[in-house]
Amino acid sequence: MTEAAAFYILTGTVLGAALVVVLSRNIVHAAVSLIPVLLGVAGYYVLLGAEFVAAIQILIYAGAITVLILFVILLTEGATGLRVRQRNEQVPLGIIGSGALVFLLITLLTRAPWPPAATPLPTYNPGAVGQSFLTAYVLAFEVTSLVIVACLVGAIVIARREE
Amino acid sequence: MASLAWLEVLFPLAAYGVLILRGRALGERAPLFAIGAMVLSTAVAVGVLAEQIAGARPFSWRTIWAVGGDRVITAGFTVDPLSATMAAMVTVVATSIFVYSVGYMRGDPYYARFFAFLSLFCAGMLTTVLANSFLVLLVGWEIIGLCSYLLIGFYFRRRSANMAQMKAFLTTRVGDTLMLIGIMALFSKFGTVDYHAIFEALAHSDTIEPASVVLAGLPVPLATLVALLIFGGAVGKSGQVPLHVWLPDAMEGPTPVSALIHAATMVAAGVYLVARTYPLFFYTADRAALGVVAWIGGITALLAALMALAQDDIKRILAYSTISQLGFMMAGLGVLGYTAGFFHLLTHAFFKALLFLGAGSVIHAVRTNNIKEMGGLRTRMPVTFWTFLVGMLALAGIFPFAGFWSKDEILLEAMAHNPPLYWLLMAVSFLTAFYMTRLVAYTFFGSYRGPAHPEPDPWLPEDYRRAGIPHQVHGTHPHVPHESPPIMTVPLVFLAAGSLLVGFIGAPGTGPGGGSWLHHFVEFEAFREAGIEPAPFSWAGALPGLGVAVAGVLAAWLIYGVKVVHSTQLRAFAPWFDAFLRNRMYIDALYGWVFVRGGLMFAQLLRAFDTYVVDGIVNAVGYLLVLIARLDRLVDTYVVDGIVNLVGLFTRWLGSVLRYVQTGRAYNYILVAAVGVVLIVVWTLWRL
Amino acid sequence: MIGLAHYLVASALLFAIGLFGVLTRRNAVAILMGIELMLNAANVNFVAFTKYVSPELVRGHVAALVIITLAACEAAVGLALVISAYRHLETVHVDEINLMRW
Repeated sequence: MTEAAAFYILTGTVLGAALVVVLSRNIVHAAVSLIPVLLGVAGYYVLLGAEFVAAIQILIYAGAITVLILFVILLTEGATGLRVRQRNEQVPLGIIGSGALVFLLITLLTRAPWPPAATPLPTYNPGAVGQSFLTAYVLAFEVTSLVIVACLVGAIVIARREE
Repeated sequence: MASLAWLEVLFPLAAYGVLILRGRALGERAPLFAIGAMVLSTAVAVGVLAEQIAGARPFSWRTIWAVGGDRVITAGFTVDPLSATMAAMVTVVATSIFVYSVGYMRGDPYYARFFAFLSLFCAGMLTTVLANSFLVLLVGWEIIGLCSYLLIGFYFRRRSANMAQMKAFLTTRVGDTLMLIGIMALFSKFGTVDYHAIFEALAHSDTIEPASVVLAGLPVPLATLVALLIFGGAVGKSGQVPLHVWLPDAMEGPTPVSALIHAATMVAAGVYLVARTYPLFFYTADRAALGVVAWIGGITALLAALMALAQDDIKRILAYSTISQLGFMMAGLGVLGYTAGFFHLLTHAFFKALLFLGAGSVIHAVRTNNIKEMGGLRTRMPVTFWTFLVGMLALAGIFPFAGFWSKDEILLEAMAHNPPLYWLLMAVSFLTAFYMTRLVAYTFFGSYRGPAHPEPDPWLPEDYRRAGIPHQVHGTHPHVPHESPPIMTVPLVFLAAGSLLVGFIGAPGTGPGGGSWLHHFVEFEAFREAGIEPAPFSWAGALPGLGVAVAGVLAAWLIYGVKVVHSTQLRAFAPWFDAFLRNRMYIDALYGWVFVRGGLMFAQLLRAFDTYVVDGIVNAVGYLLVLIARLDRLVDTYVVDGIVNLVGLFTRWLGSVLRYVQTGRAYNYILVAAVGVVLIVVWTLWRL
Repeated sequence: MIGLAHYLVASALLFAIGLFGVLTRRNAVAILMGIELMLNAANVNFVAFTKYVSPELVRGHVAALVIITLAACEAAVGLALVISAYRHLETVHVDEINLMRW
């Protein structure tokens, strides 16, 4: 019962904050509103028994990325445009498209006969994740690190001021 | 000896070969070859004749020329009284004329060519005489026709000579074509061209008789038709009406040519042909072919004699006289006077050749052919005069010259077999004597009417005169006509002797049984079986003919010699008749209008057709093609290029429309992608 | 009680919201924020499936971690781009950036 309550509360938070993110006129409000979304999603992870992922989520997503976004908003003077129109002309089509998509997703996914889990989820998450990363998915692991390097360099190169 | 008769052809042929190839190099010595060859030929001919007279049997040699199934074409020669006599006459007369020509043609730049052609002619003539198959006949016939053409046009730069030679050749060609058709008919019927074979078949069967051909609605017996076709060749070559028109114009050739070819021999070949192929004519129904021959001969004789009255050119008068006498010969043959006709051929050869050569002598002296410009030559050219007189009397038929005997015999035969023709021939005799006396009177009597300084020989063409070639026989004496040199007068005397003596071979009493020797020697065998007797000679029968001739001489002498009535008055009496005769009865004019102009008009019609119709079609096709090409170009420009351009334009238009998809706004693209995903999912689900 | 379906519905909704934001917002950074929402929705899906369908090797967790990492990189680079663009073009509104138009 508590699980259901937690779930619904978290869902309400996530979806509500998400709505604020996409609908708010104030870009800073939108950015800030991103935090509850991310935290709510972290809550989902905990509910789903993925503590490690939740931790990382909070650390990276809610921590680094949100800050980054805020920095950029401030650097690009987006906050000054309060009276500026924030929505473009694609709104009707956007509603239709998203609506169609969500409808499809929900219908398909809920109707599909997912086979139930054979084994339970491992309780010690980091251990299991670490095992996976270093045995089965070592390639993904390594490549991802490469990607990080590349993006690091790339971002610096792109964003630096031309002297 | 008879088996060597072919040498008579070989010698002159060899002379021709030498002279035509090397003649120019030989120069003055060229005639020696020709005369030498002719002398040898004469020797052979005389020898062969002697043999025949002595009683030798006729000799024939033949070889197979071609074979086709059961038909065969042979070639060969035959020596019998007829051919031996004819060959001897030809060679003797030819030799005299050759000798005469040495003098007459001296100085001519084409001296050797002249003798070459004369030699070729003799070879051809003798071939015709000795032939015993129609094939050989044709060979000889064509050769003599060719030589006639070449020699008439000997002065080839004269336009009148060119015209005359063409006229001669084309006119005789008409006759030759008929003859060829006749020969083909004979070959088709009998499967052979050999004389003997055909004559035997004709004598002993009626194979041709029943057959008839419908000609212009009338049935004509085939035999008569074939005979008349062969006669067609004789009509052409011997100048019978209606193919006589070439002979007077043939006088364009040098006088020796006129003497040999157009008096004594070639024109006689037609008569000889009729005699040689007599069975063809004899064995026709009612002997109709012979009747045609006789009447054509008679009409020719009359018309030619009339036309001779009105001529002023000495050679023309003699030419018409020749035509007339040839008609006489044909008439003789036609009235069953086989020997008589042939006899006249022999005598005529001598005195006509004599007359022509004498005329040549006169022409040389006075440098004109016009008798009105002559006169008084009796004293200036005695030899020429006396020999000419002999010839004239012989032609007129005055006793005892040769012409009397031969002409008289024809008259007797005519009286026996065809009286109307007899009276016609009597009239011709009168006219003959008349015009010949006229000729002699104008030429030799009276005073000389020529110019003081005569022009050079009128027959001398331009380039001769420009080259300064004098007529060396009478080169340097411009004012006084004088006698010709011996090389010309000796042959005259020889021929005059012949004109007197040859007659006696046909005189009555010379042969066994009271007839003439010639009758005994040359006769048509079938006459005996058919019970046809030669007309017997009697002074009663002969006198009318003689009288008529004498009357003609006297009448002419009165008018032209003594001038009792002036000829111009006579002319004024019937001027239209005078003009009619003078213009050759307008026959030549008629032919000119119908055939010559007609032919030219037809040619022009065809040319117009070719230009307008044929070329028109070709040009029209051309225009059509150009039109199609232009149309094609239009199609290419507007349709093909249009399509190509359309493709390009369409592509551009499509681009101009589609370019708006590229908004440059990333969010537009994302929307499209998102919607696209949705659609793909929907579509996939739909398919499922 | 709370089964897979719940999470799937929730993630679907979150995803749609994120998509709406991407399609509709003028500000480039806002679009990036929309993208983050979508990524998160995907992550929720992954983790939910790990728990309820195939927990062996914790595949879903692995995927989620990788995605988080990549999202971070991508956000970094994307924002660097926005900054660079802002510097050159003086604007962050994507509808004013259409240099690559026809």
